[in-house]
Amino acid sequence: MADQIKSEASPSVAAPAVELIGIDKRFGAVHANRAVSLRIAVGSIHGIIGENGAGKSTLMSILYGYYQADAGEIRIAGKPVHIGNSHDALAHGIGMVHQHFMLVDPFTVLENVMLGVEGGYLLAAGAAQARAELQRLQRDYKLEVDLDTPVGELPVGLQQRVEILKALYRGAQVLILDEPTGVLTPQEADHLFRILRALRDEGKTVILITHKLREILEVTDRVTVMRQGAVVAERATRDTTKEELAELMVGRKVLLRVEKSPAKPGPVVLEVRGLTVIDGAGVRRVKDVSFDVRAGEIVGIAGVSGNGQSELLEALSGIRRASSGTVKIKGSECGVTHTIDPRAMRALGLAHVPEDRQRMGLVTAFAINESAILGYHDDKRYNGPLLMDRDKIIDLCGRQMGDYDVRPPDPRLRTAALSGGNQQKVVLAREFDRDPELLLVGQPTRGVDIGAIEFIHRRLIAMRDAGKAVLLVSVELDEILSLADRILVMFDGRVVGEVAPAQATEQKLGLMMAGASEAAA
Amino acid sequence: MDTLLVLVSIIDATLRVATPLVLAALGGLYAERSGVVDIGLEGKMLGAAFAAAAVAAVSGSALLGLVAGVAVSVALALVHAYASVTHNGNQVVSGMAINIMVAGLAPTLGVAWFRQGGQTPQLAGDARFTPIDLPFARALESVPVVGQLYSEIISGHNLIVYIAAAAVPFSAWLVFRTRFGLRLRAVGENPHAVDTAGVSVADMRYRAMVLCGVLCGIAGAYLSTAHSAAFVRDMTAGKGYLALAALIFGKWKPWPTLTACLLFAFTDAVQVRLQGVPLPLVGVIPVQFIQAIPYILTVLLLAGFVGKAAAPRASGIPFVKDR
Repeated sequence: MADQIKSEASPSVAAPAVELIGIDKRFGAVHANRAVSLRIAVGSIHGIIGENGAGKSTLMSILYGYYQADAGEIRIAGKPVHIGNSHDALAHGIGMVHQHFMLVDPFTVLENVMLGVEGGYLLAAGAAQARAELQRLQRDYKLEVDLDTPVGELPVGLQQRVEILKALYRGAQVLILDEPTGVLTPQEADHLFRILRALRDEGKTVILITHKLREILEVTDRVTVMRQGAVVAERATRDTTKEELAELMVGRKVLLRVEKSPAKPGPVVLEVRGLTVIDGAGVRRVKDVSFDVRAGEIVGIAGVSGNGQSELLEALSGIRRASSGTVKIKGSECGVTHTIDPRAMRALGLAHVPEDRQRMGLVTAFAINESAILGYHDDKRYNGPLLMDRDKIIDLCGRQMGDYDVRPPDPRLRTAALSGGNQQKVVLAREFDRDPELLLVGQPTRGVDIGAIEFIHRRLIAMRDAGKAVLLVSVELDEILSLADRILVMFDGRVVGEVAPAQATEQKLGLMMAGASEAAA
Repeated sequence: MDTLLVLVSIIDATLRVATPLVLAALGGLYAERSGVVDIGLEGKMLGAAFAAAAVAAVSGSALLGLVAGVAVSVALALVHAYASVTHNGNQVVSGMAINIMVAGLAPTLGVAWFRQGGQTPQLAGDARFTPIDLPFARALESVPVVGQLYSEIISGHNLIVYIAAAAVPFSAWLVFRTRFGLRLRAVGENPHAVDTAGVSVADMRYRAMVLCGVLCGIAGAYLSTAHSAAFVRDMTAGKGYLALAALIFGKWKPWPTLTACLLFAFTDAVQVRLQGVPLPLVGVIPVQFIQAIPYILTVLLLAGFVGKAAAPRASGIPFVKDR
């Protein structure tokens, strides 16, 4: 069956693999794609880059049949086609690796690949055939993964290979990858790029959607830049630079490197000793972690998502009970093993910018001025003798929004009406405004536009320069490398090493993040 | 010999009680494996029990009654699917609504049609499912042990008991060995994966609900036209919920679910036996306590002894295609 699809979709020589002509799409008031036209050559790796909300995912969803364009035409190998659903897309040889993997965790790799193309009513017959075909694909494209392991037990890098195998098994000639490296270590990303190059060399076409400039420059042949739903530029990758692409994405000059002076560390503000956190399922998430954060320095915690950073932050901020260990803020013991009280931690001078702003940082259904006082709602400033002083809250929130350049600056809007970057600025304003001694910051720029990233980074540096102790947890290595004065690497719940940023390279950090010891790195 | 007779009668009673539980639990298995929580097993059984008894009473045919019971149960299953799949409604509310509606509607229609206080007329002869003697059952009766087991325990049940017995291996095969089963399990775990694989989530869930309806329909018909000889108000008496408990105890797998149903049915058979019988040391235990045994057992099993029961992950969550 896979072979049959393949032969149908085999491209004619001259025509581009995919051609989009005048694609237009609106979601209510949002104009997600504006007359987008795009040609993608057969046997190339084509990057599509743009900020969040630039319309790149919408465009690819239209190509994959998730949405229907309001206007415009899709041509595959020169022929106009209608793609009404993902089944049509697959039949035209288009495969997609989604940002959130579309896998069934308890199923084996083989079962996941077979789902939807089982090859007959009984599984046994199709399984033998699928196994043989998959072994061939694995050999051809360096996609090694054990076919009989349940997918849920595989690390994310291998899960991604399963997604690629799924697409290839269905005869994909054009492979779309949506932000594929977000969950990978640099080494896993490099391996992915090798796979993509192997695919290209075999004549497949790869479309890579990303907001990371490094990846575009490293692996693509051509790159299309999108901004506000429209294509603003197309370049041959070798003729462009990081700076040019960033400027095209944002629409103005952007400082990619944060400018900062050397840190002047003061006395220890946060002292963590032997901290261990066991989660509800009995899994040890944080294992015997010890470190200090001094006034006037940013300590960055690097690591692949899910290696205990979240639990560490939650324990330090008083959201989650630690099983053992001590935490001292400015010398006073916090008792993190027997009480969980975020308010008491705040009283000691701690501010927390949580990793997931929509779940933990804000109530998106609230008005912005209500979100802006969460956790501080009993502050005298906001309360009259009996009732809350709404006018004053709105007034103060409006002033904060001005200071932090939140747009649109209307405190009465629903929090959900703000973009990710502006929501994050509301959280930062709330937490930084208390003049805390210690800042815990989790993933400050996740899902935030480049322009806002620049702003947030400058604010963090300013807090450091004002003598605050900052603990920064981020899965973005660039962010850690450019902001942190000291870098700790977490792997499997432990701090596996400390590196000075001057000595740190992505390679070295990447190896440590994957569990190799510091010495080996 | 006396103990053997007691044993045989307990086993017979166990099978009789287990039959509707097995059928309903398997129905629930299809529903929940597809990601639809079906608390309405009870209502579907009750509706089917009424329809089967009513049609059997009028037509004099148990088979026609069975067909009517299945039809009503499938219709109710489709209502549930329409609310919870097509319109992403709350599945517990929809299931509960069906239970309450049927509990009121069946006796009301019964009063209107048969004027016997909400019951249906007593069924006799071909209007009931009667015991079937399997081949050679009489001949083998005299063969010790094997022959006796065959003739006393395996032979001599009605058709629906055998349907229930066959439904277990059939379901195990369907769920784990076929394309339908792979998609069914996938749609209950991660419907997005099924959707991107080009298979319709709604279609799979509707099919699962139809299967659920068929099985609950047979279970309901069994209650009123095989186990008893008439429809009686609230005759399911919580069996739908007990079936759900058995499904959880059986970890959403056919064979363990059968085991759980047999266990529940066995405690029920034993409790009937124990009523009024003086026990050593404690004497006669009040009947109410004895009758509570199966339910206490259910709570205990579900509370602690099952281990971690991992439900299909998408169970109860409407599939909404947004990103």
